[in-house]
Amino acid sequence: MAKIKYIEFNGTEHEADVANGLSVMEGAIQNDIPGIDADCGGGMSCATCHVYINDDDWFKKLPEKEMGEDDMLDQAFEPKSNSRLSCQLIVSDDLDGLTVHMPEKQV
Amino acid sequence: MIKTDVVIIGAGPTGLFCAHQLGIIGLKCEIVDNLDKIGGQCIELYPDKPIYDIPAVPKCTGEELTNNLIEQIKPFNFNFHLSDRVQELKNEKNKWLVKTLNGKEFETPNIVIAGGVGSFEPRKFPTKSAEKYDGKSVLYSIKDKTIFKDKSVVIFGGGDSALDWAIELSNSSKVTLVHRRDEFRGAPASVQKIKELSDNKTIDLITKYSIKDVKGNGSLESVEIKSETGDSKVIKADYVLGFFGLIMQLGPIAEWGLNLDKKTIPVNTENFETNKKGIFAIGDICTYPGKLKLILSGFHEGALAARGCFKYARPDEKYRFEFTTASSTIKDRLGVKE
Repeated sequence: MAKIKYIEFNGTEHEADVANGLSVMEGAIQNDIPGIDADCGGGMSCATCHVYINDDDWFKKLPEKEMGEDDMLDQAFEPKSNSRLSCQLIVSDDLDGLTVHMPEKQV
Repeated sequence: MIKTDVVIIGAGPTGLFCAHQLGIIGLKCEIVDNLDKIGGQCIELYPDKPIYDIPAVPKCTGEELTNNLIEQIKPFNFNFHLSDRVQELKNEKNKWLVKTLNGKEFETPNIVIAGGVGSFEPRKFPTKSAEKYDGKSVLYSIKDKTIFKDKSVVIFGGGDSALDWAIELSNSSKVTLVHRRDEFRGAPASVQKIKELSDNKTIDLITKYSIKDVKGNGSLESVEIKSETGDSKVIKADYVLGFFGLIMQLGPIAEWGLNLDKKTIPVNTENFETNKKGIFAIGDICTYPGKLKLILSGFHEGALAARGCFKYARPDEKYRFEFTTASSTIKDRLGVKE
């Protein structure tokens, strides 16, 4: 279990306890947190669960991107070097305290 | 005006298999899709990626799956209306009048929405200023490449479309290619070619930059780009091209008075009908308790929706369940000779 903080583009904060094994994307969807669309349902086939990891230490601590994630991120709205697809961030106790920031929009 | 039993919106695997099921039970259908080819997400998003969870098919690509489905519905000779989009629905005496963007009209008792997550549209630049030039000098696809001759063209993107056009246009235009990172996702041969063209100064290659603003006075003059570290540059531009892939938009479907749950349409699981009589939704676009966004679920949903359509298309007939292995009627419809 990890406590994940989701911060919308307008600054609204949401916190959710997300079970291990779920993705950070699923944590948002299951808790009705707005700002993550996840059109493809978690298949790394769209770029609508895009988040920023603003804390550099956290960014480095996350599991590395698999092949294909950056290709998908090219197609996201305003990708940056600290961008991740939240469907690829699988929750474990290690992610307790992670904060993700949402982009202005997903599509 | 084309009269038919069913209009299917979406030519992805779910729409195609629903068409097959309609053909099997003796109904006619017309299939509309806004892409220029058949296959939906399978063709647009992952034509070469293997799929491992189609029952009885251990492994196939999106393209193979599509080709097999096309083959499977061939006996029925259904019409496809590609590069078109259903725009308007109107109910009249238990019939739906359907109008498309290209002006086609259908009269049908049934509509099956198999639209995935909506229609594919190019992702546009996030900058407001680019909207003013949209379709004139800011473009997301190319119809006539001769307009770029001897012009300054700035191309954004790192995939095959961006690379291919940068290579192609470098023959007759001044090309700058801008991408947000050093790696490109295009074909290795194209990436290699781009590097050569950049080394011999045929094109300008700028990485780790993205668009900031487009500027002009009536007509486009330049584009300003920014790096994440805050640097910016201004490049002269007659045309700006963006190739960021496609996004999916629900589009006109949202305007038809259907109940919506986020971007999906709630249905009953008996026949996948929506809250509107004669409008069914199957595949990724429908939702119900336990919904799985799998192709195999779409097949099941299409089979049941087809039986739902039968009731409205043949109100005076009773639907009779038959197996393809045993029914001579079905074999006739399939054109099978024994």
